[in-house]
Amino acid sequence: MIELDGLTRRYGRNTTAVDDLTLTVRPGRVTGFLGPNGAGKSTTLRMVLGLTTPTSGTATVGGVRFRELARGLRHAGALLDAADVHGGRSARAHLASLARSNGIGAARVDEVLGQVGLDDAADRRVGAFSLGMRQRVGIAAALLGDPPVLMFDEPFNGLDPEGVRWVRELFRRLAAEGRTVFVSSHLMGEVEHCADHLVVIGRGRLIADESLDEFAARAGHAEVVVRTPEPATLTTALVDVGADVRPDAGGVLAVTGVSPERIAELALGLRIPLHQLTTRTASLEEAFMELTAADVEYAARETR
Amino acid sequence: MTTVTRPATQTVPTHPARFRDLLAAEWIKLWSLRSTWAAFALILLAMVGLAVHAALATHAGWPDWSAERRALRSPLWDAFPTEAQMFVVLAASGVGAVAIGGEYASGLMRTTFAAVPRRYAVATAKLTVLTGVLTLLGTLGAAAAFAVSQAILADVDASMSIGDPGALRGIAASALLVPLCALVGMALAALIRHTAPAIVTAATVLLLLPTAVNEDERWSALLRHAMLVPAWQRLRDPTGPPPWLTDLHAASVSGAWTTYAAWAVVAALVTTLALHRRAP
Repeated sequence: MIELDGLTRRYGRNTTAVDDLTLTVRPGRVTGFLGPNGAGKSTTLRMVLGLTTPTSGTATVGGVRFRELARGLRHAGALLDAADVHGGRSARAHLASLARSNGIGAARVDEVLGQVGLDDAADRRVGAFSLGMRQRVGIAAALLGDPPVLMFDEPFNGLDPEGVRWVRELFRRLAAEGRTVFVSSHLMGEVEHCADHLVVIGRGRLIADESLDEFAARAGHAEVVVRTPEPATLTTALVDVGADVRPDAGGVLAVTGVSPERIAELALGLRIPLHQLTTRTASLEEAFMELTAADVEYAARETR
Repeated sequence: MTTVTRPATQTVPTHPARFRDLLAAEWIKLWSLRSTWAAFALILLAMVGLAVHAALATHAGWPDWSAERRALRSPLWDAFPTEAQMFVVLAASGVGAVAIGGEYASGLMRTTFAAVPRRYAVATAKLTVLTGVLTLLGTLGAAAAFAVSQAILADVDASMSIGDPGALRGIAASALLVPLCALVGMALAALIRHTAPAIVTAATVLLLLPTAVNEDERWSALLRHAMLVPAWQRLRDPTGPPPWLTDLHAASVSGAWTTYAAWAVVAALVTTLALHRRAP
């Protein structure tokens, strides 16, 4: 379990990277940690691991501040940045020195190398690895101590689709074993298929801390997309029964307020052919974008 | 809060945090870098190779030298020529700078500190392993350089034996210069946190700075005596500065050893404090 209490980190006078975060990341489920770039996700994870000192507030892992631990790997495993490996060493040497520092045997190194599928590349220099392979080295390092708490900062970067699926399954499995799994990402699409719970921050502040289902409900408003050769007639009829009709891209009508069945019946009655009748719910991605729109630090200006 | 079955991992007895595990981890880190092997080879090659070169030059010129010149010359000048020390200073401070700077620059320091939150312990382990290994390497190089150069000089009866005054001191001073330079490299890398700038700074401080300070004035002489390479020179020369330089403020042997000790202590302290205090 990870607990943050009023966690704050300021840089200089004007920059607040993390602003009064209070939340609990619970065991037994995958918690997605979402926010736009620069929202303070990495700073938060570094404070949890005692790498960055909070300006105020506390972060604890299993009830203990990380800096107070003698050794860390059996308490929390973390993939912070795939590049946090010296490129001149082999994956095996990197993991062997980490394991040894925590009194973990060499057999465990082979075990995690196998688990992340790096058996064959273990003796090659990490500097020659692709980003995806480096991510696997980082994940192997996080697993070394078989810890109850695992943190992954942008673990999907550089992974191929097979790798993404593997990582998601790994996270689910780790959570099913009763561990706390905290996964940061700036893309909702990456975490929505493996997270049970979401923590969303923007500009260092907590925006949402809720289950995936609750978050999905924010995206709520379903609409029906209708394509017909006679949009004007159908629009009039739909407005008459109290529907809200809006012409959408590609010459279709976006209809809210009535069910697709009702629309089909109306069209049948008017003998209007329908070429498409589909329901569309706003995606989690859209809900996420909407929620964080105000907090995007480096937004690209719309080009004219 | 929901009750969850605790992971089986938590029932595993926690291992005691042993310092020797940290030493072993640093040992693995040191030997798993190719640059370590290259730098160690360079140090040995420079110490022994340049001693052979200097001894052969003396050997060739010896019959033509005047009695006065023969009397002034110390056999230790050939065993530990200044050129060799330049290589040693560069390579050894480079090893130290790589050990810390490479770990910061690559981001590995974050991984290290997440695995071992006790940063003092990490710093102590790093200092111990690197200082220990380089002391051994320096001793090996200095002993070999002495043995080989004196064997060559013995041929013209210009050698000294290990029991002669100043011989052991010269060997010890040359051997210890290796770990000392590594310590300076580590301290600078801990402050600068990038390898290349740390190496350049180390070369500037250790090699260039002494050439800019002479012994004319009392204060500048003191400054010079506080520098590492001049201190090494004083310890290597059995009789102190040559007689024609006696009007200068001469360095003492005890002063030179004090300089050695002070650099070692300050470099170790700076390294430890910098690793402890600064965010990786």
